[in-house]
Amino acid sequence: MLRGLCAFGLALPVASRAQGTDGAATPPAENDRLVFAFGERAGAAIARDDVTLGAEQLFAYPMDPLTGEIRNGTRLNQLVLVHVDRAGLTEQTRARAVDGIVAYSGVCTHTGCDITDWDTSTNRFQCPCHESQFDPSDGARVVGGPAPWQLAALPLKLVDGMLAAAGEFEGRVGFQQPGLDPLGGLGT
Amino acid sequence: MNDRSGLSIALGALLLGSVWTQAAAQLVADYSPVTDERLRNPEPENWLMFRRTYDGWGYSPLDRINTDNVAGLEPVWTVSTGMTEGHQAPPVVNDGVMFVTTPLNSVLALDAATGDTLWQYRRQMPFDIRLGHPTNRGVALYGDKVYMSTSDTNVVALDAATGELVWEVVVEDYNGGYYMTGAPLAVNGRIMVGVSGGERGIRGFVAALDSETGEETWKSYTIPGPGEFGNDTWPEDTWQTGGAPTWVTGTYDPDLNQTYWGTGNPGPWIGDARPGDNLYTNSVVAFDVGGGEITGYHQYHWNGSWDWDEVSAPVLIDITRDGRTVPGLVHAGRNGYLWLLERRADGIGFVDAEPYVNHNVFTRLDPETGRPEYDMERKPGLDKPATFCPSLHGGKNWPPAAYNPVTGLFYIPANDNLCTTMAGEEVEYRRGQQFVGTDIRETSLVEGADHVGELQAWNLDTGERVWMHEFGEYSNWGPILTTAGGLVFLGGTADRYFRAFDGETGEILWQARLNSGITGVPSSFAVDGVQHIAVQSGWGVDAAGSQRRVDGLFGNPETIVPQGGVVWVFALPRN
Repeated sequence: MLRGLCAFGLALPVASRAQGTDGAATPPAENDRLVFAFGERAGAAIARDDVTLGAEQLFAYPMDPLTGEIRNGTRLNQLVLVHVDRAGLTEQTRARAVDGIVAYSGVCTHTGCDITDWDTSTNRFQCPCHESQFDPSDGARVVGGPAPWQLAALPLKLVDGMLAAAGEFEGRVGFQQPGLDPLGGLGT
Repeated sequence: MNDRSGLSIALGALLLGSVWTQAAAQLVADYSPVTDERLRNPEPENWLMFRRTYDGWGYSPLDRINTDNVAGLEPVWTVSTGMTEGHQAPPVVNDGVMFVTTPLNSVLALDAATGDTLWQYRRQMPFDIRLGHPTNRGVALYGDKVYMSTSDTNVVALDAATGELVWEVVVEDYNGGYYMTGAPLAVNGRIMVGVSGGERGIRGFVAALDSETGEETWKSYTIPGPGEFGNDTWPEDTWQTGGAPTWVTGTYDPDLNQTYWGTGNPGPWIGDARPGDNLYTNSVVAFDVGGGEITGYHQYHWNGSWDWDEVSAPVLIDITRDGRTVPGLVHAGRNGYLWLLERRADGIGFVDAEPYVNHNVFTRLDPETGRPEYDMERKPGLDKPATFCPSLHGGKNWPPAAYNPVTGLFYIPANDNLCTTMAGEEVEYRRGQQFVGTDIRETSLVEGADHVGELQAWNLDTGERVWMHEFGEYSNWGPILTTAGGLVFLGGTADRYFRAFDGETGEILWQARLNSGITGVPSSFAVDGVQHIAVQSGWGVDAAGSQRRVDGLFGNPETIVPQGGVVWVFALPRN
């Protein structure tokens, strides 16, 4: 629903899909499988048990289940996955989760850095660039730092024991460039 | 071109994912070309580059505004930049035309006397960019063009009269972790630029582009490759991702035709990951402007493990030592030492160094070479926490120090009494991503400390600190301007004050509270004989994060600093 608002912002995956161009750069779609983005298992499908309760986030990309194409043509498709206590999830987040496993865009909404840090004491994502914090149990809403809004969420489901997208991104992916908002003219 | 047509072109260009220039009805008439002679000997009324002169003094010879009358200083005009985040660029002025850059690489050309906008260049960043430090530190002027390095690692050349894009070149791939924030340095038809990315596994360099075409003339890495001197200070392939960024503009000695650039931290941050000296990280490196050959270096500290980037270029000042005049290179290090080096045709010599803030890592400096020995308990390791002072933000971060030949003093924007506790962890290199490898990272205060931010004034001939102003529970991120009127100007604190100090005594003679915090480089210029002081406000980037931590350490609520860039210009009342 938010996509209409970001047609002029950072919705490159949306634009790419509309133009039917590079499949690796199209955003995740329902039934896409999730695969490891990095490391020795890069490209391998992620099972539910691969996402350990309480561990720091792992990075993933969506994969087209029909062609096997990994959608890593843009880092705006980069996902972070964590497994948190299911009992602590908000209702909206629980509806997107598999058990306590949740998936979000791995690109910070402040200035676009990768969400690589994890605060084990509070179970929050943290951006290394400017220390924005996001609560994965509550829709990755901002709980600290300069980020203006939550990370986009990707609803999950299980297909044959493997993690898959249950829909498209919910929310805006990436960050808004100040001074480039057409609704505000040349400058914000 | 009127405003309406400019807007149409702007929106059309944006939809194509491009850049655009919006010009006002009045373009720049009779623009004065910038020659090498003018850059070497700028007219007193002009501020033609990052620090005004190649020696990096940050000094204006204008004296109409002075210690006797600065209390009457008042705003003449302001312009909003339309941007948020950290505004760090100096207002660069050439014969009444001012050029400023903003975060996200806008350039504004303004009538320096009236504040009228002559043209503006706007740039759309790639959708997938990581803006680790959304800022820019200004333009270079050369000939009839204006040059800017960009966050997506391009250099653009604009027509100074119209703002139209003349050429644009990709210097490196931003997807590889590179970005650019520093003002270019223009010398003899070369446009020299450095890069950021020390936290993302880059291999740093300085590149020189042809001023007319943008073609790369030379590119010299600040980490030597296989077969080059110093490559053996890196184990295995660690040199390829070892950092040594060059994100603050270098200085230049026309007599030696050498340019001096500071280099940043090695990556990952913890030295255990790359045993060795790790040349040329945390160093000053001298390059021959003609061909880019490295002609000398001095490494301030080896096997860096504290994130102490030494990117500030040394300031070229003649120093008296033992009855001899030493052609000096002066650097207030992020490692908390004030370094005095000697520039020579065949290299860089060590003179002496001493701490200017609380420091607990170096136990001794070699008297001949200046190489430090370490208290290894203060050196973080893999899975080995250590507490060290100054903090990872250093005794002085990037904000430039300044030298005033009238007072004979060197002014340092310092932060004291902060320490960091840090420990390393293994980190996997992932192209373009964070490549730091730390686990714990906490800031603390020296016991009993009552302040953090400082402005220090040093007599370099005697090695004495002459005076110091303390900013209480604010950190200081203020670049310094000093003038022949005996004044020192800076902002830098989260209380949003822009201040003028008596350069001899440290007394505050004037202050004004602006719309946002000031981390911009101040400058001074004159139009029709009227001296002005100019600065950009606009709080953000590391200054904001640093103050958040300092607030917590003193038990204060977070200081709320409004966002938004504004160019401020001040002068004395006309009567």
